[in-house]
Amino acid sequence: MNTTAIKELLYKMADDLLIIGHRNSEWTGLGPILEEDIAFSSMAQDKIGQSQALFQLLHGLGEQEPDTVAFTRNAKQFHNAQFVELPNGDYDFSLMRHFLYDVADQLRFEMLASSGYEPLAKVARKIKGELKYHVFHANTWIVKLGSANEESKARMQTALNDAWNFALGLFEEGDFENDLKNEGVFAGEVALRQLWLETITPTLTKATLNIPHENTWEPKLGGRKGIHTEHLEPLVEEMSEVFRVDPSAEW
Amino acid sequence: MITEQEIWKGLELVKDPEIPTLSMVDMGIITKVEVRGESSVFVEMTPTFTGCPAIKMMEGMVADRLKEMGIIQIEVVTTFDKPWDSNKLTERGLMCLKKHGLAPPVKHSGEVTLELLEHTECPFCGSKNTEMKSPFGPTLCRSMHYCNDCLQAFEGFKPVV
Repeated sequence: MNTTAIKELLYKMADDLLIIGHRNSEWTGLGPILEEDIAFSSMAQDKIGQSQALFQLLHGLGEQEPDTVAFTRNAKQFHNAQFVELPNGDYDFSLMRHFLYDVADQLRFEMLASSGYEPLAKVARKIKGELKYHVFHANTWIVKLGSANEESKARMQTALNDAWNFALGLFEEGDFENDLKNEGVFAGEVALRQLWLETITPTLTKATLNIPHENTWEPKLGGRKGIHTEHLEPLVEEMSEVFRVDPSAEW
Repeated sequence: MITEQEIWKGLELVKDPEIPTLSMVDMGIITKVEVRGESSVFVEMTPTFTGCPAIKMMEGMVADRLKEMGIIQIEVVTTFDKPWDSNKLTERGLMCLKKHGLAPPVKHSGEVTLELLEHTECPFCGSKNTEMKSPFGPTLCRSMHYCNDCLQAFEGFKPVV
């Protein structure tokens, strides 16, 4: 199998999870109600754990230890989509990103559960069951707030508009799409995006929210190649601060 | 030479660090025990959730128990080869959860739906007139519910595929 292709795939998924996990953790202690504080904190824990499992697979392919990879790279070496590095904003934006990202991720791991690369398939079969709860949570809030009152509806629609092109950036194609497809590792970003659109549309319709018109779609690309917004660098600095001060710290 | 059955029996004393009524064996997270020679034992575990922070600690607890049993060469590994799902809890495990005040996970047939989570049976009064307050709780494996009959908030152990 093409190890370079598999590594590229693993890196972008692991980085998405690590960065969104960190953003989720920023709600700890600040959630609008206790249950939501716990929800985002739990999802943070899930996602960072899931990223660790993927970094562990990378380690098996010759990359450095998970902690080293997670905490010693600079922002340009991250392969996450720009979408996940954006600041949390208000709760409406956080919920909308959570919905758009988590549905995509759940579908991605469902596809990978039958991957021809067995080590990844095993991890994917585990993770897809966990993500189910993230999607339950997201769907509930999107539908509730999308159809609650005028203010909530307007705020969720604005959040959707703001998030949309960044969300499309999740499906940025890599250099090895064909290798991954031909070797039965992953069916590719185009297939995933199609599936994602088919999955989010009924929920957004139920929430009476409108997907921006197709002629305005301009996916925010570059994240997979290390091109990021100004928001990633401060995040990485904060996330790796303890490790940089004392790489052997334990707690 | 010690038998695999004796090891399994001995490991029943190792409890979940969060739920002291529940053994790791009944939880279904110990997936393999192999006696590899005179006082040499291999144990394979799998986490309930990928991000479970207790897994390293639990590996250590298993190793400590084996040491107590006189095993000298001990290997404990965690893998996703046989991933955990909530149907792996034993009948005794389900009872232990209930005793601890946690609603046991409903048996699933390969799919977890919202409908399965709503109306989780209240561990205090047995009513199914309940609602799920949040799919997330104090640990990754728990959700939060409310019983409309006995008016108690309770936690459930999540069904996981």
